[in-house]
Amino acid sequence: MSAISVEHVSIRFGGLVALSDVSFDVPPGEIFALIGPNGAGKTTLFNVVSGVYACTDGRIRFNGKTITGALPHELARKGLTRTFQNLQIFFRMSAAENVMVGRHLHERRNPLLDFLGLPMVHRQNAESRKLAEELLDLVGLSGLGDQPAGELPYGVLKRLEIARALATRPSVIMLDEPVAGCNAVETAEIAHVIRKIAGSGMTVMLVEHDMGFVMTLADRIHVLNRGMTLAEGTPSEIRNNPAVIEAYLGTAKPGETSRAHG
Amino acid sequence: MRRILANPYAPAFALAVVVVMVPLLVPSPFYLRLATLVFINALVVVGLNLLMGYAGQISLGHAAFFAMGAYASAIGPAHLGLPTLASMLAGIVLTGVVAYGVGKPILRFKGYHLAVATLGLGVIVSIVITNEIAWTGGPDGMQVARLWIGSWRVSGVANWYWVAGITLIVAMLGAANLLSSPTGRALRAIHDSEVAAGVLGIDVARYKLLVFVISAIYAATAGAFLALFDGHVTPVTGGILRSIEFVAMAVLGGLGSILGSVLGAAVLVVLPQALTSFHEFEHAILGAILMVLMIALRRGVIPSLQSWLLRGAA
Repeated sequence: MSAISVEHVSIRFGGLVALSDVSFDVPPGEIFALIGPNGAGKTTLFNVVSGVYACTDGRIRFNGKTITGALPHELARKGLTRTFQNLQIFFRMSAAENVMVGRHLHERRNPLLDFLGLPMVHRQNAESRKLAEELLDLVGLSGLGDQPAGELPYGVLKRLEIARALATRPSVIMLDEPVAGCNAVETAEIAHVIRKIAGSGMTVMLVEHDMGFVMTLADRIHVLNRGMTLAEGTPSEIRNNPAVIEAYLGTAKPGETSRAHG
Repeated sequence: MRRILANPYAPAFALAVVVVMVPLLVPSPFYLRLATLVFINALVVVGLNLLMGYAGQISLGHAAFFAMGAYASAIGPAHLGLPTLASMLAGIVLTGVVAYGVGKPILRFKGYHLAVATLGLGVIVSIVITNEIAWTGGPDGMQVARLWIGSWRVSGVANWYWVAGITLIVAMLGAANLLSSPTGRALRAIHDSEVAAGVLGIDVARYKLLVFVISAIYAATAGAFLALFDGHVTPVTGGILRSIEFVAMAVLGGLGSILGSVLGAAVLVVLPQALTSFHEFEHAILGAILMVLMIALRRGVIPSLQSWLLRGAA
C-alpha cells in the first residue's frame, strides 16, 4: 500500500488552473522528489497534500485512507507533516522551543493543569526539551537550543524546520526546498539527514531546485510542468527524458543535453 | 540580570513585594484605593495580553466581558435573590460561555476584521446594558449588594486591596505557568505562524478560542471585583472607551510582557489622578505623555527597558 496516493488531483484559483489531473503514488520509505520549472505547481501540490489548500477535483489517500479536505492539524495527528519553502519559523521563540512545539501531539496538554503549573508539567517540559536537543543534534544544530530563532541565519533555520517537523514523529515528511539558500556543506549535511530518516522507514517527499541534490538523493522523481505531469521515473530516466529537458531548457540540440545536466 | 529577566515568575514575585509594601509606605485609603483599581485593571490586561501579546489576536471588546462580570454580580442579588458570591461566580462562568459562543464564529477573522468584530460585541453589550432599564437600571446604573464569603463581609478598601492584589498575583502566576507549557507554546506558535502551528498538529481554532475564553474570564473576574468594590455599576463600566483603555494599557506596558500589563494598568490609572491639577488640560497632557512614551519605547515600556538592560549587561 502506498504511503501517499495522489489521484487525478486538480485545483483551480478562479480561472487559473494550478494543477490539472496529477496522479502519483509514493511507497513507504521512499525518497520521492517533485521537480519542475518555476510555477509548475510543486508547492501547490504540497499545499494540497498537506491540507493547506483543498483541491477542486481528485482524491488524496494516506496509507490507503482518503484524506482529501482534511485540515493540516488532523493530518499531523495521522503522521503527515511538512516544512515550508518560505520559512515558517516561530521567530519569537528559541530554537529549542520551536522543536518543542513539534512535540505538541505527544505531550499531555490539559490547559487547567498547565495553568496550575503542576510538577508533572515541568517534568514534561524537561523531557520535551531533552528530545528537542536530540533532534537539534540530529540536524547538526547542537548547542543552539537557547538561541532566539529570530537571530539565526537562513541555513540554520532550514534545518530547524526539519528538526521541528521530525518532532511530530511523522510517517511521511514533506520538505519544500530543504536546501534552498544553503551552502555546499549545509546541503551535504541535510542530504545526510534525509538519508538517515528515510533509512529509518520514514517516507520523504521533497521539492527542490538543486538538481545535483535531487538526482543523488531521490529514489523516484515526478516532473511537473504548468500544473501537469510531464514525466515520472528514476533519476537516470528523468535525466535522459527529452520532454523534461525541453521543459527546463527549451528545445535543445541533442549534443547539449549531457552538459546541461552534468 | 539576564536570569532574573528571563524568569517567568519574576513579575508575580515583584508584584507580591509591591502588594506588601504599598500599605506600609502609603497607608492612606486614597492610595490604597488607587492601588486596588490598578490591580483590578491589571487583571483584565494580563488576560488581554495572553490573547494579544502571546497568541496575537486582537480584541477591542473586552470591556463587554468586564461589564458582564460586573452586572452579573449586581443583578443576581438584586433581581434573582441569589447570594452575591454565587452570582459573581455564575457571572464569571457565564461570561466564559458567552466568550466561547461569540469567539467561535469571529476568531476565524484576523487583524482589522477581528478588531471590528470584537468592537461590535462591545457595542452590543453596551447598548443592552443602557437599554434594559428593568434589569440594569439603564444609564443611571444600579447598586451592588455587599459580598459575603461565609461570615466575612468583604467591603471597603482595606479588604478589597488584598483580595484584588492576591488575585492578581495568582492570575500572573497562572499566566506564567501557562506560557511555559504545551498550551502556551501552542499560543505563541499561532502568533508567529498559523500554518506552521497547524502542520505540527496544533488545532489553531481551538487554541484561539481557549485563550479568548481565558482572557474573558480574567476580565469578568475583574469586572465583578470592581462592581463589588465600588458598590455600584454604570454603563461606563462596560463602555467602548474602556475596551480601548485596556488595549492601550497592554500596548503601553508591552505586548507579550506580563509585568508590562501591570505597569500599563498602573500608568493609565494613576496618571489621570496625578494630572487632575491641570484641570481642563488633564486629558491633553495625558495623551501627550502616552504619545511620547510610545515614541520613546515603541515596543512598550517593559520590553524596551528589558532589551536596553540586556544590552547594558552584555
